[in-house]
Amino acid sequence: MSGRGFIGITAAVFRKDTSSELRTRYALNALFLFTVTTLSIILFSFQSATVPTQVHAGLLWVLIFFAAMSGLSRAFITEEDRGTILLLKLSTISTPVFYGKLLFNVLLLLALTTVLTVLYALVVPGFAVEGLWTLCTALFLGTVGLASASTIIGALIAKANARGTLYPVLSFPIVLPLLLTVIRATTTAMENPSWGAASGEYRVLLSYIVVINAASYLVFDFIWKD
Amino acid sequence: MKVFQIILGLWLTAVIVCAYVFPIVPEITGWYQYPVIPGLEEKARILFFHVPLAWTSVVGFLVSVFFAVRYLRAKKLDDDIRSSSAAGLGLLFCALTTLTGAIWAKFSWGSFWNWDPRETSIFVLLLIYGAYFALRSSIQEDEKRATLAAVYAIIAGVTMPFLMFVMPRIIESLHPDPIINTKGKVSMNSTMLVVFLSSLAGFTGLFFWIYSLKVRLARLESGRSTEGA
Repeated sequence: MSGRGFIGITAAVFRKDTSSELRTRYALNALFLFTVTTLSIILFSFQSATVPTQVHAGLLWVLIFFAAMSGLSRAFITEEDRGTILLLKLSTISTPVFYGKLLFNVLLLLALTTVLTVLYALVVPGFAVEGLWTLCTALFLGTVGLASASTIIGALIAKANARGTLYPVLSFPIVLPLLLTVIRATTTAMENPSWGAASGEYRVLLSYIVVINAASYLVFDFIWKD
Repeated sequence: MKVFQIILGLWLTAVIVCAYVFPIVPEITGWYQYPVIPGLEEKARILFFHVPLAWTSVVGFLVSVFFAVRYLRAKKLDDDIRSSSAAGLGLLFCALTTLTGAIWAKFSWGSFWNWDPRETSIFVLLLIYGAYFALRSSIQEDEKRATLAAVYAIIAGVTMPFLMFVMPRIIESLHPDPIINTKGKVSMNSTMLVVFLSSLAGFTGLFFWIYSLKVRLARLESGRSTEGA
């Protein structure tokens, strides 16, 4: 591995995680069932009531947040549990490992968000979108930001005890600014057809992504070497 | 240290007396009078306590982040003691801010809690403190606990500006509730401003006094636990 560059190691870690996920399908199966379960709960509780658009935007992001909380912590926890973390530490340097895992988490959450949103739009009555591109931009930026924050918290939590309960507790205050902004952008997408209507929100989301990734880059070394 | 305590005690007593005794009048005739702030009237007096408390809880957070960074650079456990002591005090002041803010909101806006942007940011600060201590209590080894807590404090620290500065700007456009802070400062006269700033200084002094006590106590406790082991 030492012969590879930064990008080479990142790609190798990403390939390793992807192929191990595709072999076991642990996260994929669990997340798919999670989606089906939560959507059916929403359908049962709505019955035939009509709900305002803001509730739809909020509910969609509640679903995505908790799906991320149940699926994304595994990237680092599995390394600890299988004991492979020592080998990984021996064979590579720290930062590319983080970016490999981040890439994996971003793609996993993007796929999940796509499936969730399409299912939500198909199944839940009253979910109508005016600005499709606004929705896509908001979902994309929100997902990348959420995955970035979840990855660094996931790395942190892998070293602690009582991980399952601690993970959402630690993540929630960190991602709350992101969630509030992205819910507003999603609401705008459902009411306003113009793409530029949520430009302020895009800027906040983008700067959030930059800030959280810069901080992760700076502190990941300390978590990894501990 | 003794002199500092005595001065601090006298200072805060003076602030409390000034805050409650000086009359609020529509026409200012003497140096000791406060102007009427429309919409606040007598309720303006809580300004002298609520805002310094909020300020102090943020100072506690910043001190905690500062020593978290120092811990990661030098790996001295004493910095972790300082960081967690500041966070503990920050939590106390944050809870008091939430409480006084809720009381104020009840009498100003009619309900204890209405998700004003400022209320949201203080609520998230409370959550961050809670999560920080939940993380600390879940790890046994000292070094590991110190490192992970420091990392969490830093990550929380970099996302705070979004809540403090960005969210109020964005949400304001939807909810035109007056944000008390800007409104209050505009209509303060010089007497009010002097008492307010003295209160700010007094509470900051109070914070650092309790903080030094807490750090000394934590050092003694950590020394005792290593001797016992």
